[in-house]
Amino acid sequence: MGRYIIRRLLLAIPVLLVVSILIFGGVRVVPGDVCKIVLGSADVTDEQCGRIESQLGLDKPVVSQYFSWLGGVLQGDFGRSMTNRRSVTSVIEDRMYVTVELAVMSSVLAITIALPIGVYSALKQDKGPDVFLRFVTIGWLSMPSFWVGTMLIVFPAIWWGYATPVPYAHFWEDPLKNLEQMYLPTIALALSLSATLARLTRSSMLEVLRQDYVRTARAKGLHERVVLSKHALKNAMLPVVTLIGIQLGFLLGGTVVLESLFALPGLGTLLVESVITKDFPQIQGLVLFFAVIIILINIAVDLSYALFDPRVRFS
Amino acid sequence: MATAIETIAVPAEPILRPKSWRSTVLRNARRNPVGAVAGIACFGLILLAVFGATVAPYDASNISFERLQAPSADHPFGTDSLSRDLLSRIMHGAWNSLGVAFVAIAVSMVLGVTLGVMSGYLGGAIDLVTSRFIDVMLAYPAIVFVIFFVTIFGREFHSVAIAIGLILVPGTTRIVRSATIGVKHQQFIEAAISIGSSPARIMLRHVLPNVAAPIIVIASVQIGVAILVEAAISFLGQGVSSATNPSWGRMLNEMRPSWQLAWWTMIVPGAAISSAVIAFNIFGDALRDWLDPRLRGSR
Repeated sequence: MGRYIIRRLLLAIPVLLVVSILIFGGVRVVPGDVCKIVLGSADVTDEQCGRIESQLGLDKPVVSQYFSWLGGVLQGDFGRSMTNRRSVTSVIEDRMYVTVELAVMSSVLAITIALPIGVYSALKQDKGPDVFLRFVTIGWLSMPSFWVGTMLIVFPAIWWGYATPVPYAHFWEDPLKNLEQMYLPTIALALSLSATLARLTRSSMLEVLRQDYVRTARAKGLHERVVLSKHALKNAMLPVVTLIGIQLGFLLGGTVVLESLFALPGLGTLLVESVITKDFPQIQGLVLFFAVIIILINIAVDLSYALFDPRVRFS
Repeated sequence: MATAIETIAVPAEPILRPKSWRSTVLRNARRNPVGAVAGIACFGLILLAVFGATVAPYDASNISFERLQAPSADHPFGTDSLSRDLLSRIMHGAWNSLGVAFVAIAVSMVLGVTLGVMSGYLGGAIDLVTSRFIDVMLAYPAIVFVIFFVTIFGREFHSVAIAIGLILVPGTTRIVRSATIGVKHQQFIEAAISIGSSPARIMLRHVLPNVAAPIIVIASVQIGVAILVEAAISFLGQGVSSATNPSWGRMLNEMRPSWQLAWWTMIVPGAAISSAVIAFNIFGDALRDWLDPRLRGSR
């Protein structure tokens, strides 16, 4: 197990290197004059420009720029923001709580909604409730999360004059206020994920319920609840867990949109802000940070297979 | 007498006549009427994307109406806070909302099918490089990648479409690759090799037609994803920058100040996005049940 984790982490290194080269190289292609962006005005003298470029290290060759950036990244230093000169690492640290909270809460909520629906739908295959739930889930799947979020903001406001409190409160400072700010975006984000998961749980359960060991479990007189939870669901979870891993990428993307909609100070709003101000060190740092998180999540998903399937051995 | 002849002639499908594609389509449409309706809706959406701007009743920036008018016979979707007809704006925006998704699918199909068939059939170094490329692409959250790409290459129609297409490539490649591996060891491939066909010819003439079904299925499933990603990007103000042909996500965001005053400014763009995605999703499901029953209910 330990060796497997180490091997997976080592395999992630070349992927991350290519990711970082693409991010770094991509930013160098950008049209637009760095000096103008930094000084925020169109008329810049060559002398000013030269000073800024040497400050930012832009006068050196691209390859050496890359390695000095990479060297910093490896020590946890993503460089400094172009607009406010703050360290990108500390900005990301400040902002990541919202994103992590939103992502974790909505995946938990999505799983809680999806599993019962999927199992129930599978048990009632092709009967009324199943057909109904399949249509409901395909509808959920098709609604953009930001539109659901919009309606969750507007309708309570029209009907009851309700609005979530502002400004943002940190969870550790005021947990209740924080949760009141977070529950609407959580629901909006969880809805489409839960639809995807419910549909997959259904089809995966259908497959498992036809297996011999389920028939054996029933034949030896086990309670139906035990058959479903211990024998069927546990085996049906493997593809579902894989899908959760894949969907987390979309989920992190989804937080970007919902944070903007609900004006939450997370990594998503930070990304949109830095794109608008063309703050390239910040954009680089953020995209790389997202990539690292996703790669780690995927490794964790692979490891979790062992939880559901004891036959899985890591070698 | 006449009725007797008719009853004899009736057996609808003479056994020897080969089934035409029309009869196949009709038979499946009868078996799955919801899927058939969705298919027709999808065709309508394609027409809307292409011709929407030309047949719209008013210009997208025509401001000669009363502002924030509720839906009525003159303005079925109402008017917005800048006194523009929403129906016309939806029709003008269709190309930048749906067309982007269509082009993105084309990008994803061309790249994904090429990579998938080549890495599945040839294996070896090509397979290794392809799977590493997929790993790299999968490391970016979809929306983050598109925003990053569009920041670099500009908020033009083609760069948004290419960016969305690229995030769909890993999915296409994986499915096509595994389908290719499935047909690779079948006898007709062996036969083609034994008569001396080149690998390129085998891939084009023998492998490709046999992996067409999963390709069609994945394409129809991905259109929904592509429309949603485009909507999210343009909702963030990072989509195709066009004031005259606003994409639906951007339209929703622009009307933020009037959401509470006029519910239709919020409902109309969102419903347009959702119904387009629903149509493609249901049609995709029907296509999958028909073409690839093994995948039934997956996703």
